Amino acid sequence: MEILDILLTASFWAAAVRIASPLIFATLGELICERAGVLNLGIEGIMVIGAFAGWMTVYLGGGLWTGVLVAMLAGMLFGLLHATLTVPFGLSQHVVGLGVTLLATVTASFAYRLSLPEVTSPPKIEPFQPFAIPGLSQVPLIGPAFFAQTPLTYLAFALIALVSIVLYRTPLGLALRAAGENPASVEAQGLSVTAIRMGAVIVGSGLMAIGGAFLTMSAFSSFFFEMVNGRGWICIALVVFGAWKPGKAALGALLFAAFDALQVRLQQTPMGAVVPYQVFLMVPYILSILALVLMSRRAEVPAALMIPFNKGER
Amino acid sequence: MAPDTGAEVVLRLDGITKRFGPLVANDGISFELRKGEVIALLGENGAGKTTLMNILFGHYTAEGGTVEVFGRALPPGHPRAALDAGVGMVHQHFTLADNMTVLENILLGTRPLLSPRLGAGAARAKVAKLSRDFGLAVDPDARVGNLSVGERQRVEILKALYRDARILILDEPTAVLTPQESAALFGTLRKAVAQGLSVIFISHKLGEVMEISSRVLVLRHGKLAGEVATAKTDRHRLAEMMVGAEIAAPRLSDRAPGPALLTLSNVDTPRRGSVPGLSGVNLTLRAGQITGLAGVSGNGQAALAALIGGLERPVHGGMELHGEVPGDWSPRAALAAGIARIPEDRHKTGTVSDFSLTENAILESYDEAPYSRKGWMDWRAAEGFARKIIETYDVRCPGPSARIRLLSGGNMQKLILGRVLEAGPKIILANQPVRGLDIGAVTFVQNRLIAARDEGAAVLLISEDLDEVMALSDVIHVIYEGRLSPAFPRGTMTPAGLGQWMAGHGFGGGAHAA
Amino acid sequence: MRLEPIANPSALRSIGLPAGALALTVLVASLLALIAGANPFATLGLILKGAAGSKFALLETLNRATPLIFTGLAVAVAFRAKLWNIGAEAQLYAGAIVTVLLGTGALPLPSALLIPGIALAAMLAGALVLLGPVLLKTRLGVDEVVTTLLFNFIMLLFVSWLLEGPMKDPMGMGWPKSPALEKAARLPRIVEGLRLHWGFALATLSALAVWVIQTRTTLGYEIRAVGLNAEAARFAGIPVGRVMVKTALLSGGLAALAGFSEVAGLKGNLTLDLSPGFGYTGIIVAMLALLNPLGVVVSAIFVAGVFVGADSMSRAAGVPTYIADILMATALLTMVLALKLTRLKVRWR
Repeated sequence: MEILDILLTASFWAAAVRIASPLIFATLGELICERAGVLNLGIEGIMVIGAFAGWMTVYLGGGLWTGVLVAMLAGMLFGLLHATLTVPFGLSQHVVGLGVTLLATVTASFAYRLSLPEVTSPPKIEPFQPFAIPGLSQVPLIGPAFFAQTPLTYLAFALIALVSIVLYRTPLGLALRAAGENPASVEAQGLSVTAIRMGAVIVGSGLMAIGGAFLTMSAFSSFFFEMVNGRGWICIALVVFGAWKPGKAALGALLFAAFDALQVRLQQTPMGAVVPYQVFLMVPYILSILALVLMSRRAEVPAALMIPFNKGER
Repeated sequence: MAPDTGAEVVLRLDGITKRFGPLVANDGISFELRKGEVIALLGENGAGKTTLMNILFGHYTAEGGTVEVFGRALPPGHPRAALDAGVGMVHQHFTLADNMTVLENILLGTRPLLSPRLGAGAARAKVAKLSRDFGLAVDPDARVGNLSVGERQRVEILKALYRDARILILDEPTAVLTPQESAALFGTLRKAVAQGLSVIFISHKLGEVMEISSRVLVLRHGKLAGEVATAKTDRHRLAEMMVGAEIAAPRLSDRAPGPALLTLSNVDTPRRGSVPGLSGVNLTLRAGQITGLAGVSGNGQAALAALIGGLERPVHGGMELHGEVPGDWSPRAALAAGIARIPEDRHKTGTVSDFSLTENAILESYDEAPYSRKGWMDWRAAEGFARKIIETYDVRCPGPSARIRLLSGGNMQKLILGRVLEAGPKIILANQPVRGLDIGAVTFVQNRLIAARDEGAAVLLISEDLDEVMALSDVIHVIYEGRLSPAFPRGTMTPAGLGQWMAGHGFGGGAHAA
Repeated sequence: MRLEPIANPSALRSIGLPAGALALTVLVASLLALIAGANPFATLGLILKGAAGSKFALLETLNRATPLIFTGLAVAVAFRAKLWNIGAEAQLYAGAIVTVLLGTGALPLPSALLIPGIALAAMLAGALVLLGPVLLKTRLGVDEVVTTLLFNFIMLLFVSWLLEGPMKDPMGMGWPKSPALEKAARLPRIVEGLRLHWGFALATLSALAVWVIQTRTTLGYEIRAVGLNAEAARFAGIPVGRVMVKTALLSGGLAALAGFSEVAGLKGNLTLDLSPGFGYTGIIVAMLALLNPLGVVVSAIFVAGVFVGADSMSRAAGVPTYIADILMATALLTMVLALKLTRLKVRWR
């Protein structure tokens, strides 16, 4: 009963779209990396550094879009570190990814403590405001859900289309997909596997960081240490769930966000009085594991994922 | 030295030298290629042919020497420069992305990366024209992962032609083809030469070198051992130039076959990804007999090897070992039944590269006495076994504690051979046992297999090299799309006849040409 | 740029490169201190003094090293088999929960029986927590990195529920914490009067045991073969799935001992901040030790020293303690790179 009532409110769908937005950024970022053959476990930390850098920029007086740009650049910097270690040097993508997550996370913590040594509760910034698209936002249910969001959400949805087009309709996308399937094919056609993979990781990391920045600049307006809270790992599950296809992965993010929005609302119902709130909070993580189990046998993994390419080695 | 035909020199290699650690893979190699000629680069495995072509194409950089294409020096280490200069290479291991279509594979890298369009429309027309002109039929919209080996090779050639290659390098192109497909390939090459292209044809097979080339360069131990016009030489002299002596073909003594040791009746196995399973396979392996399995790679050889090796179970049909149906079926069960398994890939499945020779020697018996007692390892006993193999099988190595990755392919294979043969197997599954080995190791391995046969073992020899199968087998089966031909006794079939079967003719019921 | 393998790396290479990695890490530390407006030399000196400058500091370092040895061993054991157990944090809490469950009066046993009993039960719990992701991996091919990571979050929420519900200390004045362990369940100190409990000795013995398992037993051989080349192992008849499960049980059990020893040896009860990321730091400990179990003891003490030292330095010099975390993450990345380069030579065109 209550579930149906919730599903029919516009505010529920608006929340789902809002929750999905950072996931879409980061999932697309991870997807780009993995399509080129690199698993980027730095995602969690890169989202943290993005959340921090964007927020800090605005707090120090920068504009909102400047904040997004700074967040992206910070993410790209850690992406460069990840790419350098995993691509030309061919180090374990597991170890480097976790190392980058640790480094990025604690860099944010260090910088936060350094700049705000005394504060107990983090200062707020003026975040992105919803922008209702004239006309479209008046459509019942769908209007307020999809067309009265902040600009960053619109950007996330535009990116789904952009990434799809680039991946499937351009020479760059062709090279990217080939690099993740059989890097020797890229090399034999005169392209540099190293350059393509590094580029993919750097750009992908930039998107992850924007996903993180969404949290501080569009959703919560403050920075907390634990705010990313496993979203990065969830995005890795979403890439698998979406079978490495941008549209499907984004749809997965939306579905996932709907469940998340639902559990928040169910906590307010009589059911929430009986079931401990921790159970509701577990839902996203359990869903992610379920998604992985569901897709485990079906998905078509890029054949060269996690396999370094070194042309000089014999 | 090169016969001056008056044609323009399109490619000139001068003093190419390449080292891998202490190994000199190419030692001061120089030669010229002229317009409209096919030169064969002949040499046994490990002579440095592929390395030389990889340098020419820019995959490797040489320590010394220069490459000139159409009179202009090629910067070392840039495949792009080679491509732009008009050099196209068909690699031995195809460089195709399975998840993309034929057209996408051809288009890859042909336009600036940041250009907004693929240009698929114009490309489609050009590919269609090239397909017609050169006899390279292939569906441009097919996913490469679904293509046969022969079709993939056509895509590789189309890739080069699409980029307007004027010099075509083919690395062991016939290794994976049926005789008929090889003939078609030669037809394509003749058309190419007629249109003014030049071809470098890498091979270690004397027959096809004699057939297609106008000039032969022989590489031996990384050095250019000789250069001769094809018309002025013959197979015997080429063989001598290639290995220093005429190659003695392995000899099988006449021997009456013994009892059936392994029988498969009407066996099906499941498909695994792009690897086809077996369907309705009947096979009998007899004591004292080498059964050869011919076929184009990817037609179910892997499935048959997995089945007999214990990694796969039949979903339908029966298997009998020594007259009994085995209870459970696993690698351990196969080992316990006296099946020796020489895997197709020494590096990936045959050995653990970062294990020592000792650790690799006991890989299949590590949990048995004397190497293991009550869960504890006896490393002294294990090392003793490794030493025994090293001595008996002439494994050249720094010692039993050296990591096996440091060994050459031949020595690695000898260790595997020792590991499986020392157990005194009844049945030997030899999957591509001599692929990539130099002639000394080839002879060694083949003679060991023949000796085992003479002592009463049943040997299944799986090979993509038809010549090898014909030379070593008492009976031959052909495998095609997971199905097995009848057994052909030694000497009852010609290569062309087997080639028909390899292309699927004769299987009846839905069989079609590849 | 190309990498070419080196057959026999020189001693200079094998020692110089890792030393260089550490030097780089120290350089980063100095830089961070400068950024924080402190004198780099003084900062490093204070860290060193805080870690090992007194008997008290040294014992504090060894105490902090104890859980890290356990989680480091858990990671080292698992990574050796290429089982990417990133869930040591969850397994640690599983061990801690069981310790509280059995150590608060449920078992009326004398210390000599109670403590080993609790330790074994804790190991079992940790092993079971890892069993789920590993079975998903071996049976369904689900990547264990993400599942073990996600389990960490689920486990923390579970602990949070326990501490606010069934396991809440009635005398806790509203704080989410468990009741304290009974005296019989507490790990005694190794030497009376010195603040170092038997957990440290247990950790060191565990390291020795793991080393013996890896080098001397059939299981150790199996684990190494599976980790280095699972395909060859499967072909040779090694039961890869079963070896993975055994490895997981060992790894999860070791991680759980970290929770056991923290609760029974140091804290006495369970709180939500029992582990400041010991599970994740275990990865650094294991990697710095090159996955060698005996090396884990050394690297855990080193890592613990940096954290303890940074704590006391922070109070004195005002550089945020997070400098220790940055150092460790940097050490991890530079060390894996250095190790790779001891075996590979970089050739620029």
